[in-house]
This record gives sequence, C-alpha cells and structure tokens, in this order.
Amino acid sequence: MPMTMTQKILADHAGLDSVAPGDLIEAKLDYVLGNDVTTPPAIKVFEKLGVKDVFDKDRVLMIQDHFTPNKDIKSAELNKTMRCFAREHEITHYYELGRKEMGIEHVILPDNGIVLPGDLVIGADSHTCTYGALGSFSTGVGSTDLACAMARGVTWFKIPEAIRVNLTGNLKKFVTGKDLILSIIGKIGVDGALYKSLEFGGEGIRALSMDGRLTVCNMAIECGAKNGIFPVDDITLKYISKTNPGRFAKNGYKVYTADEDAEYSQVLDINLDDIDLTVALPHLPSNTKKASECTDMKIDQVVIGSCTNGRLEDIEAAVSILKGRKVNENVRCIVIPGSQKVFRQALDNGWLRDLDDAGCVISTPTCGPCLGGHMGVLAKGERCVSTTNRNFVGRMGDPESEVILSGVPVAAASAVLGRVGTPDEL
Amino acid sequence: MKVSGKVFKYGDNIDTDVIIPARYLTSADPEHLKEHCMEDIDLSFKDRVKSGDIMVAGKNFGCGSSREHAPVAIKASGISLVIADDFARIFYRNSINVGLPILECPEAAQKINDGDEVEADFDTGIITDKTTGESFASKPFPEFIKNIMANGGLVGYTESELKD
Repeated sequence: MPMTMTQKILADHAGLDSVAPGDLIEAKLDYVLGNDVTTPPAIKVFEKLGVKDVFDKDRVLMIQDHFTPNKDIKSAELNKTMRCFAREHEITHYYELGRKEMGIEHVILPDNGIVLPGDLVIGADSHTCTYGALGSFSTGVGSTDLACAMARGVTWFKIPEAIRVNLTGNLKKFVTGKDLILSIIGKIGVDGALYKSLEFGGEGIRALSMDGRLTVCNMAIECGAKNGIFPVDDITLKYISKTNPGRFAKNGYKVYTADEDAEYSQVLDINLDDIDLTVALPHLPSNTKKASECTDMKIDQVVIGSCTNGRLEDIEAAVSILKGRKVNENVRCIVIPGSQKVFRQALDNGWLRDLDDAGCVISTPTCGPCLGGHMGVLAKGERCVSTTNRNFVGRMGDPESEVILSGVPVAAASAVLGRVGTPDEL
Repeated sequence: MKVSGKVFKYGDNIDTDVIIPARYLTSADPEHLKEHCMEDIDLSFKDRVKSGDIMVAGKNFGCGSSREHAPVAIKASGISLVIADDFARIFYRNSINVGLPILECPEAAQKINDGDEVEADFDTGIITDKTTGESFASKPFPEFIKNIMANGGLVGYTESELKD
C-alpha cells in the first residue's frame, strides 16, 4: 500500500512493512522530550511506575525554558525537581542556563544537531511538531505519555491521514514561512488538519530556508495537525552537515520519501507569490488578515522570539529593519534570541548592539512572554504584535489584552511605527 | 458505567489557555488547578460546578498546548464527562491518559443546552438529555482504550507492560 512520509517513518519505527490511516501501532522512539512545566508531573508518574532508570539517558531530553530563569518560587521548585532528576539519572541533554547548548527546546534540538531526518520524536510540548522541517516525525504529547515513554522508549500512535500542501513559486520580499503557515491556518481553520499530518512538497519548498521550514512546521499544531513534514532536500542536508557533522558523515540519518501514489484526504495548492505579509488578529491563529489592512491598530508591545521565530535568521531580519531606526516611544520591543548560540552569534555580529541602539530590550532565551509566563506579560487593554504562535484569550497576560501574530518583518516594522505596519512603510 | 449531571455549555475551539491559563502552571496540583479552571471565560465556573456535572462544547475542544494540566483541572473540578463535536488531538490523548471521560458527538453537542440534566452510558455511548428527553448515540470507546481505562489509565497499562 502506498504511504506518505509520515506513514513510512511510523511504520519503520513499529517494525511494520506498511501501515494505513487509522491503524494503531506501538513505535520505538528516537527522542523523548520534556520542559520545566511538563516534566515535573511526568517525573511524579515515572516514580509511581517504580522504574529505576530512563530507557536511554542520551535519548531523554529535559530542557528548562518556559518559566526560566525562574520567575518565582514555585517555578524554581519545578526546575529543581527536573534538575535533581536529570542529575540523578545522568541525563545527557539537560543543560544549565547560559551554557552554549542551552535555549528554547524547539530551537536547540534541530540547531544542536540532535534531531536528524527520519527520527521519531515525541515531546511534552505541543510545538514538538517543529522537527518535521528536517524530514523527521515529531509530535506533542502530555506528561503521562512522556513518563511512560521515558520508561519504555515506545509509545502508541494512530496512523494519521494526510493533507498534501503543494508549494509553487517564490516568496515576495519580507514574506516568510510565518506568513505562509498563518495563511494556511487562515484558510483551513484551527481544526482544519485535526488528527492529520500536513505534508509539504512541490518545487516551492526551495523558497523556504531551514529556519523558515522550522517555523512552518512549528505551527502545524495551530490547525490541529498531528505533525508537519518537509521532504529532505539539499537545503536539509546542508543544514545537518553543519549541525551534526559526525552523524552526517556516517549517514546516521534516514531519508524517507512519500510514494508517488500516496493518498491524501485533501490537497492544498499554494503559489507562494500569492502570500502576503499576514497577521492573525485576536483571538485565534486562523483569524488572519493582510498586515497592510490593519494599519489602524495601535500597539503597546512587540515580542520577537519564541520557538516559532527565535532563530538566527529571525534576529537578522529584525536587525535589518530596526538598525538605524528607533522603536516608537509608546512601544516596548522585546527581542529574545531563541538559544545561547543565536544570542552569541547575534552578539558577535554586532546585532545586539544595533537592537539596543534602536531601543529594544534584549532577553536571555526563554519562552516567557509567549505563554504569559514572564518577561513581557500584558496588562488589561494592552495590545502586542508578536512573532509567537498563539493569540488565545489571556495567552500573554490579562484576559482583556490582545495578541496579534505576525512574522518578524511585520513585528519589527510595527515596533517602529507604533501600530501594525509593514516594512514598506518605513 | 453511567454518569449524570448538570451541563456547562461552551462554544467552539475552547483552548487549553482558557481551560487553565499558563500563569497557573507553576503547580500541577489538581486542587490548585481546579481553582482557576475556565476562569478567563467563565469566572464563576469553579463556584457553580458540582461533582458529576458535564461539560458540553463545540468543535476542536482542548486545542492549543500539550499541558495535561487542562484535563486534570477539568477532572478535579468534578466534571464527569466532556461531550464535544471533536477534540484536539493532544487533549484527547491526555484525557484518556488521566482518566477524564470524553465523548465525540456533534448532534449532542449542538442540541444539549446549558443547564440541562444529562446522563451518559460509557458502555453503549448513549447520551440522554433528561431535560428535553432527547437521546444521542456516540461511539463508545474502542477496545484498546477500554484496556487502558481498565488498567486505570496509561500508568497502570504501562506498569502491566513492564511486568511482562
């Protein structure tokens, strides 16, 4: 039976020759991930299971990023629980803040060369679907699934149906992967891909850099998808040759390709030339509009960062717009490099100086404001343009505050303009 | 197994941020979480909900984050069942794992009103609105989910697998 990329990866990890949508399988996991919010409850379950050790200390990852650096005593306790467990079980991929490997989970797993094509990854964070950009299968789970996976290195999956997203053409100036995925979510709705895999393809994928693809897959969950996935091409191979030269040289990865006659429940044909600078207005990621149609919306804050848009290319895009300009007097512009590596590169390139000159505040890597945790929580009635991934009621603070999602160019331009706007207006 | 209670009805796309806002995720204690369940869209929920009550909502219930705190908060509030058109995938999985019963039934989700008295039978999947007298058929849990439930959730299931 013909299969999609997702179906092939799942079948292979379950030791099966073929699978069909709806099949229930138990599959071996290459990596199992948790963060400071989801791991502590998982540790409780893990201890209840009475298991002595995790299935593989190199394959269970624990990343502190949500409420770090600890925002209060309770979050310090959460982190302490995770830190103690990681030390006791000698977890390889547990890092302290400030170390060169450290950062937001979905920024560092690809960038540190941990996840490679063909891998099967689950993480107790909904944006775990990010790594599909590398041609791997990854999806989010909860803390109980995480705990059981930490113990056994396997979990069960239902084989998803697939939606094919066929890309052609080229992205216009300033238009990014973020605009593409927001447009897709706007088109199919926040449940448009519920339970399904979102399989990208077509010659248009060449218009998307690896950072752009990571952004696209990151938000697959926002239309309900189980995962998003890109085929492996020379852009992928060049990326992994840098992130993990050792495994790359030894062919320690696997390239899966969809069968020509694989079945898709829906095909979306998208010409990238038709994608405009896009925003998602409150309070759903599907509430999309052209940024140029929202220029009367005044703002109080801009956030540039997160697992969606905190990569090097994102910081570079912010600098290219903010350098030599000033953040509007009524706006706070918070820039959060997604990892220490990104932070350091931005520092070495002189970008942080440019951002500082523009009047931005630069934060250590953290998820902080994206989920209304800390480092940029909104007051009642305040409005923020943010490169993060969700704009639900109360997401970034007060239930009466508002988040407008956008890509980096719109966010940076809006910071200067003091309202929603595009770089063309500067 | 049957449950029955008064209905709390909500709309489409009820996300995990409104079920339990992230600002309260500094503790996973169910007693703490239930104090803030639904508060960003229904401040009085926690005071009005009684043990056994039933939540009914529209499409894509539980969309958003992977936080297991969301079904835990609903369960700790005393809710015995959530009925919706359909559920976001991670929420669906988490609910089963933590033992919060959920049923997908678009017809029931549409026709049941806020405040109705509703009864549901998990073995047959039959949902009865005792206020209006209408009955709805939903798909009962498939066998393997029943197995997970029989083992008291995923923890019990995994424990039994580890013994083999």
